[in-house]
Amino acid sequence: MNFDFSEDQKLLKEQVARYLSDNCPIEVVRGVLESDDYYSSSVWKGLVDLGLTGTTIPEEYGGLGLGPLELCVIAEELGRASAPVPFSSSVYLATEALKLFGTDLQKETWLPKLASGEIIGTFALPESAIEPNANNIQCSYSSNTISGVKMPIPDGNYADICITVVKNTTKGGDDISMVIVPLDNSNVTKKSLSTLDQTRNHTEITFNNAEADLMDNSDDGWSDVQQILDIAAVLMAFEQIGGAEASLNMAKEYALDRFAFGRQIGSYQAIKHKLADMYIKIELAKSNSYFGAMMLNDNGSDLKIAAAASRVAATDAFNYAAQENIQTHGGIGFTWEANTQFYYRRSQVLGLALGSIASWKDKLVTQLEEKNIN
Amino acid sequence: MDFNDTPEENSFRLEVREWLKNNANQDKKSAGYVLDEEDGALSRAREWQAKKAEAGYAAITWPEEYGGLGGTSIQSVIYSQEEAKYNVPTGFFDIGLGMCIPTMMAWATKEQNERFVEPALYGKEIWCQLFSEPSAGSDVAGVRTKAEKDGDDWIINGQKVWTSGAHYCDFGIIVVRTDPNVPKHKGLSFFFLDMKSPGIEIKPIRQISGGSNFNEVFFTDVRVSDSQRLGEVGEGWKVALTTLMNERLAIGVPKSADYPSLTQLAKDVILNNKPAIKNDLVRSKIADWYVQSEGLKYTKMRSLTSLSKGETPGPESSIGKVVSAPKMQDLASFAMDLQGAAGILNDPDIALMHSIFQNQWMSAAGYRIAGGTDEILRNIVAERVLGLPQDIRVDKTAPFNELASSR
Repeated sequence: MNFDFSEDQKLLKEQVARYLSDNCPIEVVRGVLESDDYYSSSVWKGLVDLGLTGTTIPEEYGGLGLGPLELCVIAEELGRASAPVPFSSSVYLATEALKLFGTDLQKETWLPKLASGEIIGTFALPESAIEPNANNIQCSYSSNTISGVKMPIPDGNYADICITVVKNTTKGGDDISMVIVPLDNSNVTKKSLSTLDQTRNHTEITFNNAEADLMDNSDDGWSDVQQILDIAAVLMAFEQIGGAEASLNMAKEYALDRFAFGRQIGSYQAIKHKLADMYIKIELAKSNSYFGAMMLNDNGSDLKIAAAASRVAATDAFNYAAQENIQTHGGIGFTWEANTQFYYRRSQVLGLALGSIASWKDKLVTQLEEKNIN
Repeated sequence: MDFNDTPEENSFRLEVREWLKNNANQDKKSAGYVLDEEDGALSRAREWQAKKAEAGYAAITWPEEYGGLGGTSIQSVIYSQEEAKYNVPTGFFDIGLGMCIPTMMAWATKEQNERFVEPALYGKEIWCQLFSEPSAGSDVAGVRTKAEKDGDDWIINGQKVWTSGAHYCDFGIIVVRTDPNVPKHKGLSFFFLDMKSPGIEIKPIRQISGGSNFNEVFFTDVRVSDSQRLGEVGEGWKVALTTLMNERLAIGVPKSADYPSLTQLAKDVILNNKPAIKNDLVRSKIADWYVQSEGLKYTKMRSLTSLSKGETPGPESSIGKVVSAPKMQDLASFAMDLQGAAGILNDPDIALMHSIFQNQWMSAAGYRIAGGTDEILRNIVAERVLGLPQDIRVDKTAPFNELASSR
């Protein structure tokens, strides 16, 4: 039985944790919230210097050639710090999509630049408040250009390339494909959006016959998109776990420091049980996500259901921990000066990034039905 | 990351498999959850226990001097996993070997252990635990059953409750109050005693489910020798903690109807003119319970990984029952709801899926209490895992007989 991360992976986790606690304290997150910055370029540069943007990129393309388990431990620490950087867009989504569905030429062109941090990538699926599906994608591709609107796109305002999910009308059909679109182009218009979490930029991108490079996805492009979302779901679950643990820890520290009615509020069962519930949800999320990580690493046949379970459990854990952290703090937790807000904001950004939990639950049960568990 | 055995674990597993193949008979009559000696399960269980003890598998982690194998915790888990593939009668000895005898080994004399350990291990003598009382449940240190010194003996009077197997047990361990004039935890003493002693009367408790898995045990002038005291007079709580530590390892919930059964039911019943499985609320609930159930399964894998490395499992192992017992109840209640008005039927011949959900809903109410209530388990997580302070206590320093009480 070896259902745990290796010593090397734990060492990497500590190294990332140390870097972030030294260079990305919560004041840095606040700095991004209170300024016009889209992200913390200094924290991002540090992560690039550590080589982390190339974690799973093969060495031939200038990466570290490590696996998804290393990415999981990095994600957990980024979540704990609520780091204001485009790591999920560039690494979990754009890089993984390129590795899976890029042509050889596309990989040679972009992976070394993603690894070295020379460029930042993102991934564009949603177009409006209507949940995207295989039949309602409007953004269309033909003759090496795309037209249409994508929003909200994480880090869209400063990303260099965008892996974009399109309706491919080339052959007169409406197959789903993915294309690579360089964003520094006069046929691309960007508009930053006001969101609940301004420490993570989200943008509306309008393509008007913008140059686009078709990727090598299969005839069932929608299922390829789902595969990318499944990978990101597991990685994002670790980020959510990190954020949930940070919220629990903040609530615990406050419950020990704060006195009311002549005693520590942490001695009241109403508070203790709330914090115990946070802990329980976090452990359930961790255990599901460990299995997700294992399936990711093995490219296992249970990846789909494991990804959905990781997503459902981790979203529940982080949403609960972030909101009850504020509740534990009482009035002070609702002030601008308090640091509770960063996790509260981030919990929704991470929880909604890959589509609603209702649809992930539906995916999970669809898998159960297909497995014919009975 | 994998679920595989190490080479050493694998060779132990193969050895156990071979032994079970040669020794475990495919007994069709399972002892099951209701431990009823009437149907002969007890004598078959004794027979099986003796075979296991002879081979060293009855107490794998115990030292060899006590008849154990001197093995590791992971070996013990491997044995249980393999044994579970056979329908062998077990359950009668869990409390004795899991809680009582380990307490004896920690506190009794060498001679006493020479006398009692082996017969317990071989299933010749069965032990029970006499802690809970009508006014001492979660607050088990509040026991009122008293023992008074009489020469070299003690005289016990009072009542214990929720004692599993008291009617077929040979010996028991008991916590009693020997001094009501000092604070609660300081006035307790701990004994072991012969369950056939004069003055002990055992009555089965009838549960809301209709079954009787537990007893009330009444003590009227029961005489126990001072040599049967474990630990010093007034230090019974310290001894009891040894037992309770072991209880936290032993108590869980039985295998119950879970998301697969609910999924099956949802395929079979109709809700708003379509199979219930097509209903979004039903799908959402199934997903929630899947995540809880699989979450616990993989939490166990994480704990086993620690054991496999020879480490103590982390605090995550403490979340099991506080998740699984309410899930048993909620899932059963929801499954009954899907059956509409017929959800109240509990005749296995008529009710859907042989009334497993109705039965489970009844017994789950008990599992949320047994071996630590939901509330006590949350306190344990909050205090021992998260390090939050204890509630302010009014019973720590005042003499026991001055505390406010229910009666």
